[in-house]
Amino acid sequence: MKLVLNEELQFLKDTASNFAKDKAPVSHLRKLRDDDHPNSWDESLWNEMVELGWTSILIPEKYGGSEFGLAGISVVLQELGKTLVPSPLFATGVLGVTSINQMGSESQKEELLGKILEGKLTTALAIDEGSHHEPANTELSAEKNNDGWVLNGEKVFVIDGSSADLLIVIARTSGNKGDAQGLSAFIVDPNSKGINRRKVPTADSRNYANISFEDVTIAAEEILGEVDGASDEIHKVLDFGRIAMSAEMLGNTEEAFAITLNYLKERKQFGVLIGSFQALQHRAAKMFCEIELTKSAVIAAMHAADENSNELERLSSLAKFQAGTTLHTVSNESIQMHGGIGVTDEYDIGFYLKRARVAEQIFGSSSYHKSRYADISGY
Amino acid sequence: MSNLENFRAEVSEWLEENCPPSMRTPMVEDEVVWGGRNAVYKNPESKIWLDKMGEKGWTAPALPKEYGGGGLNSDEIKILNSELFKIGARPALNSFGIWMLAPVIIEYGNEAQKMEHIPKILKGEIRWCQGYSEPGSGSDLASLSTKAEDMGDHYLVNGQKVWTSYADQADWIFALVRTGPKEPKHSGISFLLIDMADPGVSTKPITLISGKSPFCETFFDNVKVPKENLIGEENQGWTIAKKLLQHERNFISNFGLAAGGGDGSKTKGVIGLAKTYLGEENGKIADLDFRSRVTEHKMKEHSFGLTLQRAGDEGGKASAASSIFKYYGTEHNKNRYELMIEAMGNKGFIWDGDEAESKEKAITRAWLRTKANSIEGGTSEVQLNVIAKRVLDLPA
Repeated sequence: MKLVLNEELQFLKDTASNFAKDKAPVSHLRKLRDDDHPNSWDESLWNEMVELGWTSILIPEKYGGSEFGLAGISVVLQELGKTLVPSPLFATGVLGVTSINQMGSESQKEELLGKILEGKLTTALAIDEGSHHEPANTELSAEKNNDGWVLNGEKVFVIDGSSADLLIVIARTSGNKGDAQGLSAFIVDPNSKGINRRKVPTADSRNYANISFEDVTIAAEEILGEVDGASDEIHKVLDFGRIAMSAEMLGNTEEAFAITLNYLKERKQFGVLIGSFQALQHRAAKMFCEIELTKSAVIAAMHAADENSNELERLSSLAKFQAGTTLHTVSNESIQMHGGIGVTDEYDIGFYLKRARVAEQIFGSSSYHKSRYADISGY
Repeated sequence: MSNLENFRAEVSEWLEENCPPSMRTPMVEDEVVWGGRNAVYKNPESKIWLDKMGEKGWTAPALPKEYGGGGLNSDEIKILNSELFKIGARPALNSFGIWMLAPVIIEYGNEAQKMEHIPKILKGEIRWCQGYSEPGSGSDLASLSTKAEDMGDHYLVNGQKVWTSYADQADWIFALVRTGPKEPKHSGISFLLIDMADPGVSTKPITLISGKSPFCETFFDNVKVPKENLIGEENQGWTIAKKLLQHERNFISNFGLAAGGGDGSKTKGVIGLAKTYLGEENGKIADLDFRSRVTEHKMKEHSFGLTLQRAGDEGGKASAASSIFKYYGTEHNKNRYELMIEAMGNKGFIWDGDEAESKEKAITRAWLRTKANSIEGGTSEVQLNVIAKRVLDLPA
């Protein structure tokens, strides 16, 4: 496994880079926020992403996709992360596609992947229930009845939860809260009777919903995979999500750092550029080292995913930890090094901080992944 | 069979015949081979192993055959290393000559210098030390004042070097000397090779906080050095010095990583100590705070190892990369030893005597030795300056 990008990946990355700069600089996110946009993402921008083929990247060729793999969609998300572009690409193009591809039946794949490919379907993965990510703590229940299943429970912090056309719901079909086993995945129409979706305004101005399920009845064939089958399968979906999110966070980090470096080279105090102060230089140099380490971890993890490496879980946790801790530091230092204007809403750097803290929590904080890495490594 | 498969078979067969049995056991401290005129081989098989490897050119597999190297390409070197690793072979020769000087002579030396010095380095016949720092020139190395006056057919060298590693056991020294006292400080320095047996050269060991004396002070008192011992042009020594420092930094940063086991999984070192002294519960290190900190350490090590790999895969284009690796590798190594002695608790600082095992006492001494890692070869602060200026382009 060589830790470099091949020509194909580099091309995708360059395309995404130009797209983000031209079509969706940070002012795009700012406008959506100021307009209090109901979806928190722009439909015409999303259609352009679909036309560029980004929803097809993770879809196997067999179902009409381009099969550029997790590395492909990760480098796109990395570039979109640089200008904090909100879009359904993560929840649909990574989580939706991987869930369906990993767990779905042949006919579900044909139908749903086909729709995603054409931009006719967006999805949301409803998994978390508490204040912290922990799949084993799933309580939302799915009980068999005559016609199919009945869902009862509550999901929180569902990414794109208020805008998605389709929910993929992780539910408990056996065992109790805390058991790693006993989980199943269901495909649920968000407009079903008994579902109440509440959009949650968050610091990063993106789309999240808390969703309650009260005696929601769904047909027998709407299960994704086997009964209790999601207990194992969901981990691969989550690891793909964690790695793609780490790539996006790497993009956030790189750009926040670049903006800050530029500021150090133009802001004068005491008659000199503040970038000449050693106190700031050394902190910047240390951040650079951490960013280099993060890049390596993310590249190794995305290649491991595409090569079906048995190191996937460990590298996924390494990438999410490394991306999380580095972004944490860089987002804080970026504000501090900007001084007063860093805490004004008018200046963009604050958007990176607000995105950072949310992204750090997605599918496990740095602390969660440190502990998982230790478990896997036998520490 | 492909050429490489053939090569692997040849290597394996050659090692089978030529690597003595005791050289396939873990290295013990007093059998490490540094070579040189005055070398003492406590284990005679060390000498046999050195001679065999030296003959083959495999003490420096990448260097050209004409100078006594192995002439191997990078794929072949990987194979050689993996076959050596497979049988647990000890390094045949530790050598500042190989790690730092030989690459520089290859790049800047003339043909006669290459033929004279490189084969002796690779065979372990001559042991080298490095004469860079001076009492008044540490981080500000270019301010050095050891002078070499042009006396026609030779230089007359006077001055003092400090932190010369193992100078008391070395045969020759490569030294930075001032040949242009009137030039700006970076432009008046030359790179000179000096025979330590010459009249006027003397050394005095420095005892460190670890109780050991790996470094010396080295004195030059009217030492006559032939002009043919000048590497490169007169007053262009700073360029050569910087290049050599890159080799040194790469070597020091790899040092830190090699001790840790690379991908963060193989090592039993700090994890093994933690489980031994702090105990285990269900396979986990029982002290959860320590477990958390040591895991973070191992994760950083993993990412750092991947970064070294990535730099290699990218073709190692950035020279500033050596500063990143030197900074990170040495700080990481210091942290590792802090964690090791902390894991050992009150066994972690036993200095001498029979109340601790020798491997425990060795860790204590090694912990103290690591404190110099982030000072020698350019301090961490100097590395951060280099990154800030050369990579990040921050203003002076």
